[in-house]
Amino acid sequence: MSPSTQAMQKDDSQNPAMLWVQDGEALWNRAVGKSEKSCAGCHGAAPAAMRGVAARYPAYDAAAQRPVNLAGRINLCRTRHQQAEPLAAESQELLGIEAYVAFQSRGLPIVVATDPALAPLRERGRKFYQQRIGQLDLACAQCHDDNAGKRLGGSVIPQAHPTGYPIYRLEWQGMGSLQRRLRNCLTGVRAESFPFGAQELVELELYLFARAAGMLIETPAVRP
Amino acid sequence: MARTLINLPQAPRRGELIEIRALIQHPMETGYRPGADGKVLPRDIVRRFSCRFNDGAASELVISADLFPAIAANPYLAFHMVATGSGMLTFTWEGDNGFTQTETVALKVA
Repeated sequence: MSPSTQAMQKDDSQNPAMLWVQDGEALWNRAVGKSEKSCAGCHGAAPAAMRGVAARYPAYDAAAQRPVNLAGRINLCRTRHQQAEPLAAESQELLGIEAYVAFQSRGLPIVVATDPALAPLRERGRKFYQQRIGQLDLACAQCHDDNAGKRLGGSVIPQAHPTGYPIYRLEWQGMGSLQRRLRNCLTGVRAESFPFGAQELVELELYLFARAAGMLIETPAVRP
Repeated sequence: MARTLINLPQAPRRGELIEIRALIQHPMETGYRPGADGKVLPRDIVRRFSCRFNDGAASELVISADLFPAIAANPYLAFHMVATGSGMLTFTWEGDNGFTQTETVALKVA
């Protein structure tokens, strides 16, 4: 990351992602759905209640019997407890709440969830990370492990640590989730991409977070 | 209402040169890009930004700027002024499709 992008991220008055965090704060306190409950109605104030949550996600949801990431959890909460419609993937509202919740964990190290149900899923994520895919026949690991730090065209290849999601990406001119970034990469290797919320993507997220264990959450991050 | 981030130093000294930062949520659609359906998206940008300082006696223009299609989404502007005294800073953004937004922030000198 260039020094100017880093400066933009570090200064909250310059970081455009803070606009989404503000949106998320308003949505956190707004009552929705048939239950007429807001997020704050159950959880209370986010700075205390949501501290550290983003650092330990994705988690396993026993009722749904599948792993869920932060956006998935927000939508499960909406349908189960608020009795509201789930928010569309990548909608500004969902990105806002996700950014606001993840923002509460800024500066905390990523911890690997110990839930035994997650271990085989994480292993599947690891296999997917090392599996060659697409017309270019490339695995994630070939760029992000073997060639990290070198250049792909004009851009530096990062080590693929998901520490700052959802991110404000300058190329997107807006906010996007980790799954949007993963789908970008899948298209990049000319592979058929998974739909938003697909279990394969959540498994890959699980592996990426385990791989980044100990690194500090920096949401909301700015990326080139 | 678009969201804004406005930052000014807390309690600067009288006569001090201060930096003011203003960021507004806006798509800044250039008018040249095709959308998902292949049709060109109509232009939607902020055309003009201005900041006025009112110390209670008179209102003075601090800065005004014209914005153009090559400017990124969520435009961020930083500029300097001499903090001559306490007063109100009024930020105005005007743009296409009747977009207009005004924010007022108090400047207090120590």
